[in-house]
Amino acid sequence: MKTEILDAVASKSIKEKIPHFEIGDIVDVNCKIKEGNKERIQIFTGTVIARKGRGINETFTVRRIVNNEGVERIFPLHSPNVVNVKAIRSGKKRRAKLYFLRQRSGKAVKLAQRHSTHTVSK
Amino acid sequence: MAMLLGKKVGMTQVYDEAGKMLPVTVIQAGPCTVTQVKTVEVDGYSAVQMGYDDIKPSRRKKPAVGHADKANTAPKRFIKEMPLPNDTETEYKIGDSVTVSVFAENKYVDVIGTGKGKGYAGVMKRHGFHGFPASHGCERKHRAGGSISSFASDAGHGGNLKKGKKMAGRMGGGRITTKNHDLVSIDEEKDLLVVKGSVPGPAGGYVIIRSAQKS
Repeated sequence: MKTEILDAVASKSIKEKIPHFEIGDIVDVNCKIKEGNKERIQIFTGTVIARKGRGINETFTVRRIVNNEGVERIFPLHSPNVVNVKAIRSGKKRRAKLYFLRQRSGKAVKLAQRHSTHTVSK
Repeated sequence: MAMLLGKKVGMTQVYDEAGKMLPVTVIQAGPCTVTQVKTVEVDGYSAVQMGYDDIKPSRRKKPAVGHADKANTAPKRFIKEMPLPNDTETEYKIGDSVTVSVFAENKYVDVIGTGKGKGYAGVMKRHGFHGFPASHGCERKHRAGGSISSFASDAGHGGNLKKGKKMAGRMGGGRITTKNHDLVSIDEEKDLLVVKGSVPGPAGGYVIIRSAQKS
């Protein structure tokens, strides 16, 4: 009873449709950024290395390399500021959390491509 | 002033229009029944008494049943009065049902509940004392309160303790008021109030919700 009521309250903030993407995908995350009173969309591209949480607390971590420096951003999946997530390329992976990519550098950070129907460019 | 009785359901999170995540407490509030309207002539002061949550039929006592019968309702577990300024006419009548819609025009609410009991707590937890160092030769008194008195100081006289000296003891379990919660949303169908921030007491505990003075 208790969790049902709480879930019902939180469900108003939960997105009805969330884009399909998987661990290991290279994704474009479109996020809304407010500068003063102007709003614009910023795109963050990288590999999805983790998906965590449930319900409104669900988040995903995207990792990319910028200037030889690993950058990770954690996005709340249901945040209104995360407008869209586009899967561009699927990666071959054997586990749910790709934290081992943090130890890799150079060419090794790229996962072998896996052909999948949900990615934009096949 | 508007008042309502309810039960804390628990906490969750929602996003506001700006895309900011808010920590919220969900309260199952009302419908309450007005069980008595007190007046200066009869009772010496003005108030509206309301009740929430029916008592199980097997646990009903006759005096409670008789009192509830006047309002044509079942006896209630949680009964509280909403004080009114003396000699004011109120539109509440005995037997009226009060729902969350009383807060339709409120932006802020106060919530009153019974806090969680912490048991017998030491001075660090109960009063925020700093205790003593973990090392540097400190032995067996890491969480102690230190000296409580001396012979000639104003902390008492002649070996007596000053009244109100902060010491270890029972902590929590008292009535707590938290003021000026943002009223995030009202669900009139399910009788729910969603307020920003945390509210005193355990999930399932009874709370009083009243309109805040801040507006």
